[in-house]
Amino acid sequence: MIVLYIIVPLSAAFLTVIFGKWLPTLGKYLLNAALLFLTGLTLYLIIAGPEALIYRVGGFADVADVPIAIFLVIDGFTKILLLIVSLVGLLVAFYSVSYTKQYTGEEKFYALFSLMLAGMYGVIIAGDIFNLYVFLEIASIASYALVSFGIEKHQLEATFKYQVLGGVSSLIILTGIGFLYWGTGTLNLADIATQLPDHNIYNLFVSVLLIGGFGLKAAMFPFHSWLPDAHSSAPSPISAMLSGVLIKAVGIYVIIRLFFNVFALNYQIAVAITVLGTMSMIIGVLLAVGQWDFKRLLAYHSISQMGYVVLGVGIGMLLLTTGKDEKIAALAISGGLFHLINHSLFKGLLFLNAGSVEYRTGTRDLRKMGGLAKKMPVTAGSSFVASMSISGIPPFNGFFSKVIIIIAAVQAGFYWLALFAVLVSVITLASFTKVLKYGFSGKIHSQHEKIKEVPFSMSFSMTLLAVLCLVTSLLILPGVRQVFLTPAVDVLIETVQYSGTVVGL
Amino acid sequence: MKKNENYNQETTKGMTIVVKKICQFMAPVIFLFGIYITFHGHLTPGGGFTGGVIMASAFILQILSNGSILERLRSEKWRLELTESIAIFCFLTLAVLGLVLTAYSVFFANFLDRGTFGQLVSGGIIPIGNIIIGVEVCAAISSIFIALLIFKDEEDEEESR
Amino acid sequence: MILFILCFILFMIGLYGVLIQRNLIKIIIGIAIMEYSVLFFLILIGYVEGGTVPIISEGFEQALFVDPLPQAMVLTAIVIGLATKALMLSVAIRLYKKYGSFDIREMKSLKG
Repeated sequence: MIVLYIIVPLSAAFLTVIFGKWLPTLGKYLLNAALLFLTGLTLYLIIAGPEALIYRVGGFADVADVPIAIFLVIDGFTKILLLIVSLVGLLVAFYSVSYTKQYTGEEKFYALFSLMLAGMYGVIIAGDIFNLYVFLEIASIASYALVSFGIEKHQLEATFKYQVLGGVSSLIILTGIGFLYWGTGTLNLADIATQLPDHNIYNLFVSVLLIGGFGLKAAMFPFHSWLPDAHSSAPSPISAMLSGVLIKAVGIYVIIRLFFNVFALNYQIAVAITVLGTMSMIIGVLLAVGQWDFKRLLAYHSISQMGYVVLGVGIGMLLLTTGKDEKIAALAISGGLFHLINHSLFKGLLFLNAGSVEYRTGTRDLRKMGGLAKKMPVTAGSSFVASMSISGIPPFNGFFSKVIIIIAAVQAGFYWLALFAVLVSVITLASFTKVLKYGFSGKIHSQHEKIKEVPFSMSFSMTLLAVLCLVTSLLILPGVRQVFLTPAVDVLIETVQYSGTVVGL
Repeated sequence: MKKNENYNQETTKGMTIVVKKICQFMAPVIFLFGIYITFHGHLTPGGGFTGGVIMASAFILQILSNGSILERLRSEKWRLELTESIAIFCFLTLAVLGLVLTAYSVFFANFLDRGTFGQLVSGGIIPIGNIIIGVEVCAAISSIFIALLIFKDEEDEEESR
Repeated sequence: MILFILCFILFMIGLYGVLIQRNLIKIIIGIAIMEYSVLFFLILIGYVEGGTVPIISEGFEQALFVDPLPQAMVLTAIVIGLATKALMLSVAIRLYKKYGSFDIREMKSLKG
């Protein structure tokens, strides 16, 4: 059952290319159907219970307690990521049905989209670090090609920057994997956790390599320079995928997984991760305030919001290493994961809004918009919901996740971090007030008199995402949280349990 | 008259007659060697990827020595992409067959008889996989090369306009 | 040990190329050099003193082999590197077509 996550998107990609010449529209429907199926499967898996599923590719049994097969693992934490990827992917794919009509070679867009999805699913469910690297490269290469899909000047330039930094980060990751194999003699994540030598300098060195590599992929603070270019230049559905899903699946997910379940919890690493999270939270929002390009502003906010996620998880990690109250740690981690879900929804929605505005008016400059609320009510309404969500106004989902993180920070005694989180949230609100004021209210520009609302598939996806922004607030309720968030938090809190469940040691 | 012009274009493109003739002799040999490497992938070093690269190099040699025409490259590229996709889809099917055919239903299960060690026909699905990968890599590398050539030629076209 | 130091130097040469050079093609070459140094490093990890090729054939069933797993990793990494660099080169060609130059100082459509 687990392999379906790789088989389905891959076969969608290749079938799209094979029949692309004769049936150019096949790709759209194939991709949408595939994602619908996978979303259903993920929901089924979540409802079915928190048990971990383990799969050995090729059916090789363990030899003398050494796992030699390639492992695929689905546990509580992976299920959340799978749900995000499927759900946001499905809505973005449905949005693209109308949006991509402006491009030639549509079928290639969908083939690359499916490949990127296959890569992300692979990263999430891979149980050994080298396969994780391979899938990460599949996702990255597909995303490089997608960013430059329109072959305009700025897109190509952004792609080149993205490719150079992505290439360097891949090499750093590969070096880290080499050192891991050298020290442990295995590539299986669960097995690495048991085989890691008790040598602090070695562990720190490998950790720094891996944080550097995956941090570059996740665009954490000192490595963020590629993200605004790549995410703002890409076609809008792809921006939504990159910002909403890709940086989480290949960056944040891997960092959290590695440093909770594979490496022994380490105080220095926990401090480093928390500091990086706080820095990217602050720097991202400060850079975002001055932007006039709609998508570029959103891209900088992605850096800032990912900072929240890392901050929440980092606080949890700090508390676990110092052996303080485990309940507060669980609260902080669940806040971080909750914000991860929320961010993918509202940031995906905001990029789709920006795409709709660009689709009709042809501009991304906020100063050239204005008064669009009367002409495009669905776009304006959904972007109002998303803006309120991202700046943490109740009753939207962003409020609850931010509040959980802030409460956890206060309870743990990190008053400064709580203060920063509140301040950043206020600045975010200011920046999105600007978007709403210049973009959607006020007087309409003369050349935009004749525009109308975007086509059905685009407005439908945006409406559904806006509804989801409200509905996910329900995750705060204990009964719902029990099904979705708690299994994921448990996997992370019980750090050593992971290798126990996977390898059975 | 027109035929003559075409003829001139055909012969003046590419490199000198010596290079062309040598390449004409060498290309089939290189191609054959690639096939050999691919087929013995489960016995000796090499395999699908290596063999595929060698096979592709035979094509690339021909294109480089004889020169190329943009229109022909375009049609050729489309055909290569199709081959590539079909080959990789076959590989996926091969992996899924293991899921369907074996009793313990796992991805990439080796459902064929493994035969005797050291013989050409042995190893279950591994040689089949190698052959498919060989075709795929050959098509992929040739199409990458042709795509780069097309990008370059498009440039010349725009400049001349 | 000296081989590991040489690997590190090679990596640094590649990094220098990526950071200092202003020509797109030279940046790509820098990345390629970095990649090769990492591949050498992986191969060195699997080396066993006095080991032979890790292929079981008649008469060599019980020989001392070098570790085959890093070699498999290197083959995979080569394939990935091929795809990455092919894409990079095609982007570089397209950029050359738009700007008429390989110099990154002339490409300034993205700012801020």
